[in-house]
Amino acid sequence: MTPKVVLVTGVGGYLGGHLAARLAANPEIHRVLGVDTTAPNRDVARTLGRAEFVRADIRNPLIAKVITSAEVDTVVHASLAAHPPGPSRRSAVKEMNVIGAMQLLAACQRAPSVRRLVVKSTAAVYGAGARSPAVFTEDDAPRDISSSGYAKDAVEVEGYVRGFARRRPDIDVTVIRLTNLIGPRVDTVLTRYFSLPVVPTVLGYDARIQLLHSEDALAVLERAATHPVPGVFNAGGDGVLMLSQAIRRAGRLQLPVPRSAMPSAGRLLRGARLVDFSPDHVRYLNHGRVLDTTRLRAVFGFTPRWTTRQAFDDFVHGSGLRPIVDPALLAGLERGLTGTRT
Amino acid sequence: MQPTPLRPAPARTEPVGLRKGAVDLLAFARRRLSGDYTVDEFGFDQELTDTLLLPPLRALYQKWFRVEVSGIENLPAEGGALIVSNHSGTLPIDALMTAVAVHDNHPQQRYLRMLGADLVFQVPMLGALARKSGQTLACNPDAEQLLRSGELVGVWPEGFKGVGKPFTDRYKLQRFGRGGFVSAALRTGVPIIPCSIVGAEEIYPKIGDVKALARLFGLPYFPITPFFPLLGPLGAIPLPSKWHIRFGEPVKTDGYAEDAQDDPMLVFTLTDQVRETIQQTLYRMLDQRGNPFFG
Repeated sequence: MTPKVVLVTGVGGYLGGHLAARLAANPEIHRVLGVDTTAPNRDVARTLGRAEFVRADIRNPLIAKVITSAEVDTVVHASLAAHPPGPSRRSAVKEMNVIGAMQLLAACQRAPSVRRLVVKSTAAVYGAGARSPAVFTEDDAPRDISSSGYAKDAVEVEGYVRGFARRRPDIDVTVIRLTNLIGPRVDTVLTRYFSLPVVPTVLGYDARIQLLHSEDALAVLERAATHPVPGVFNAGGDGVLMLSQAIRRAGRLQLPVPRSAMPSAGRLLRGARLVDFSPDHVRYLNHGRVLDTTRLRAVFGFTPRWTTRQAFDDFVHGSGLRPIVDPALLAGLERGLTGTRT
Repeated sequence: MQPTPLRPAPARTEPVGLRKGAVDLLAFARRRLSGDYTVDEFGFDQELTDTLLLPPLRALYQKWFRVEVSGIENLPAEGGALIVSNHSGTLPIDALMTAVAVHDNHPQQRYLRMLGADLVFQVPMLGALARKSGQTLACNPDAEQLLRSGELVGVWPEGFKGVGKPFTDRYKLQRFGRGGFVSAALRTGVPIIPCSIVGAEEIYPKIGDVKALARLFGLPYFPITPFFPLLGPLGAIPLPSKWHIRFGEPVKTDGYAEDAQDDPMLVFTLTDQVRETIQQTLYRMLDQRGNPFFG
């Protein structure tokens, strides 16, 4: 059954905005409401179509009025910020993440019209570390996460969502744990990181990274909103790139930094307003994280179109990164040295 | 002056010998520098393992320890299997030699996916290298995932108790963990292959242990051998003992009920059976062995 009235939170962000636009393009959905404190940027606003933008703060009880008066039947909570791309105020983001989710869930619990809840969560809930299994399934408990990071927010929000699902068993609750997004148009901590001309990594570590193309992320959230399958699902592309390998594929230069110097390097990049280096993120860059997506394919019925490698290459080509180390140059050098001409 | 006779262009020949080596090496360097290679989700980098990691280990295997292998026919041609082995030698070189033994003797040149302690993955460089050579953390989810995808998995259930036992306890098997490896094999229905290694105990005879230093460095033990730390870095050269690796008859695990891994008694029995097999094989192999260094 297709939802009649959908409410999407976080439309000021990339995923929320584009998701609202996709849902608005579906003629079977009567009404799409997009909620955020900031208006979507112009590119997104143009594509929004008949989706209505409601300037509201989900931390405010007013959100309950929006839900009940529009008789919303499907709520997509897409505003959880787990990897803010750049430096931002931690306390403000935490409040938005945790209090916002609590308030939204409280509103949903009171609203008799709501039938379905989709929560965009993050793979960061699994943490990353030497003691973690190499591949996480949905049943693995979080470990090795810092006690004050964005990953902690996501863990807490998922806890509130579980409580909500217990209190309103009549609502289908779907939680999607997305791996790090990549793509030519999306702005994430990783796209900024790989755009640095010299990419700092932690000396002696090489992480396995799994990526999800931003288009696939939108597609999986759209499917969750229109074809409800309750449960928790990992979403990530096929295959793995090593961090060092990804840096080379992007034609960047790798700068291994001793672990003790990483905080200073992180501060430097934060100060230059380039990339946010939270402790969770540094741990991710040390050990990496791979999700098992069997359940996404078999139960949820979604297969990502891009593999990790394809998504990364699409990002490199689509965002016009000019390689500092040119692969054509390397190939030419090889031909010159071996004396073969092709 | 004679005109140069018209000659057909020389046919392009495949480079041979040293030149082929150079061409391959350059192609390898280009692929590495442009990131054009594949790793699996555990971080196993087959190209790097074949080109850079296996050759030095193979030299150690052939020239230094002169490893002899028997029972390779007990390893399946394809599909998952769990190789369970005794652990010794102060440094886990026996695990690396087993990996070379499997890869170089198996007709399909299969790779051994080793399960390592979390300490390995905490150490910079070592952890990254371990992942690239196909190792992963010794935990049930990882082991079962590998076995289910049809890999040969190696496990050393004695862990630090085995590899760091004093020289006086050589070839006496320690406790086999909590039998986690048996439940992994039961859950995935793969055979368990007991593997006995003779020779690894003599490479670094551990005659002492400095507990205070071990605590300081966060290590499970800090070994004293006849040459370490007496001779400094020279003491880190392993003694050239002669090794024998024997792969025993597979123990089948697919004939049990669906939830057999939840029956602790069965898990204990199987654990003991595997442990006893390895211990008896070790005693038999020791009987047949003459001098530890000349075999």
